[in-house]
Amino acid sequence: MFLILLFTLSPPAQVRAYDAPDDGGGVLIIEWQLSPDDAIIDGYEIYRSENGADFEKIGFIGKSRNSIDDQTEDGKKYYYKIAALKDTLRAFSEISSPATSAPQWIDRNKINIIIALIILGGIILYFISQARKGKELYIRKISGLQAVDEAVGRATEMGKPILYCPGIGYIEQIATIASLNILGEVAKKTAQYNTKLINPHYDPIVYTVAREIVKESYTKVGRPDAFDPENIYFVTDSQFAYAAALDGIMLRERPATNFLIGTFYAESLILAETGASTGAIQISGTDSLAQLPFLVTACDYTLIGEELYAASAYISREPLLMGAIKGEDWGKLIIAGLLICASIIGLLTKFPVLALFK
Amino acid sequence: MQRTFPLILVFIFGILGIIPFIVPHPSVQHTDEFLRNDLLRILAAFALVLGLGSLLRVHFDKIQHHRENWQYSWVLLITFFLTSIIGLFGGVAGTGPLPTKIGNFHFDIQTIYLNVEVPLGATMFALLSFFMASAAYRSFRARSTEATLLLLSAFIVMIGILPLGNQISPKLPSFAQWIMDVPNVAGKRGIAFGIALGSLATALKILLGIERSWLGGGE
Repeated sequence: MFLILLFTLSPPAQVRAYDAPDDGGGVLIIEWQLSPDDAIIDGYEIYRSENGADFEKIGFIGKSRNSIDDQTEDGKKYYYKIAALKDTLRAFSEISSPATSAPQWIDRNKINIIIALIILGGIILYFISQARKGKELYIRKISGLQAVDEAVGRATEMGKPILYCPGIGYIEQIATIASLNILGEVAKKTAQYNTKLINPHYDPIVYTVAREIVKESYTKVGRPDAFDPENIYFVTDSQFAYAAALDGIMLRERPATNFLIGTFYAESLILAETGASTGAIQISGTDSLAQLPFLVTACDYTLIGEELYAASAYISREPLLMGAIKGEDWGKLIIAGLLICASIIGLLTKFPVLALFK
Repeated sequence: MQRTFPLILVFIFGILGIIPFIVPHPSVQHTDEFLRNDLLRILAAFALVLGLGSLLRVHFDKIQHHRENWQYSWVLLITFFLTSIIGLFGGVAGTGPLPTKIGNFHFDIQTIYLNVEVPLGATMFALLSFFMASAAYRSFRARSTEATLLLLSAFIVMIGILPLGNQISPKLPSFAQWIMDVPNVAGKRGIAFGIALGSLATALKILLGIERSWLGGGE
């Protein structure tokens, strides 16, 4: 009975190969109808040919209806056949029609993201244009940013420095750019109050940009003579060595205020707790979700997520920048509205009587 | 022109950074890889030279003016030059022209890294547990409604994931998981939406030259 079964092993049918959509080329998708003996076979072998005659085995897959061939050359024709395999017995399918892989210029899977970006970007640009026309925009109070003046003033009164840590992010990270924007505004204040600003760095590119920003800020408020390039320096690009260096600065220099603003990882709590132990006022800000609880716990003020991006606009009160914040808020309102609508629709499907959306 | 040129560069390279996200074509992807890997590495190498120059200047200055703890600057400078010489002339695994072993004593860069840098980093990381304990002590005090809620939920989650939680009530581990999966995720998602929109707005402001603080501000 078993022998009869083996000798009558049925092949898979309707083998079809086609170019993988929305990719950079070099990939073909192969599909087939399962063998009628699918329940008893080991799996399927995939054979490929460039001329429709000389086939070579390119892979084996378990019980499946499809597979991919990611070793193709774009523009070349390929033929496929599939063999149902049971032990050493094979049942070959018909040969597929020729297929050619090609790269695409647009990834259609991302069109929804592009549309969302255009809509939200449009809203932001609209409010920026409103601000350009001189329209008054109300921005809610952010206590962490209101405390900047107080923190700088306190350091001046105590005759102690201010430590500004931009985190361990790289220049291409938005949080690092936002941190540098805030650094520029803080530097203007330290220049006006003639307070020492210590700014140690983890990344050499961020360091070079920061040095220019601080120098420019001092020049802008008419205090280029007060700028000391020795206070803005590169330390190391080793995460925990950087944390150790900053802890050392906190304990030796005893800054009156610590700014911990940027991208942080595991070192966030090491820095924030050491700063707290020295009695410094601490203003932190990050978009690293996992580090936010640590910073909220150990710092006096924390800029959560997008508050960090809004900071430079808030401090400088630049109308155009304020317009962008207003646009962000409207974006959040739209997203919240969509979420509420989707939740209501989701809830309605739970009631059989109201199965409107099934 | 001094300000316009960097703004034009930022706009061009910003757009070049967005296009590969939408266009999977190899010509675009390869250009993007070249910009991110090759060009950025060359820039980073130049910046590293500036960075190291700054580091050495600071420590030479400390030694020169006998600032607080200036002796440690000697440690930094000596180890800096020693490891630089060993790395440059001895190779990473001691395959260079400079001999990096005396008998069974190896001092190539790989050995130094594995036996000095890694343990020191691990020591700093281990300190985190003590800092967590001290932070938890300060934050888990019921001084306000929010702090009380934090204290309660933290207590439930901590007990819930322990075997003891299951012994108190079989429903406790599920409740602890619910706290983690529902209110906690809801909060995180709210922040994540804000971050996404903030990133978009910041990127737009920089691309369009509205945000110029990175240029040091000014017109």
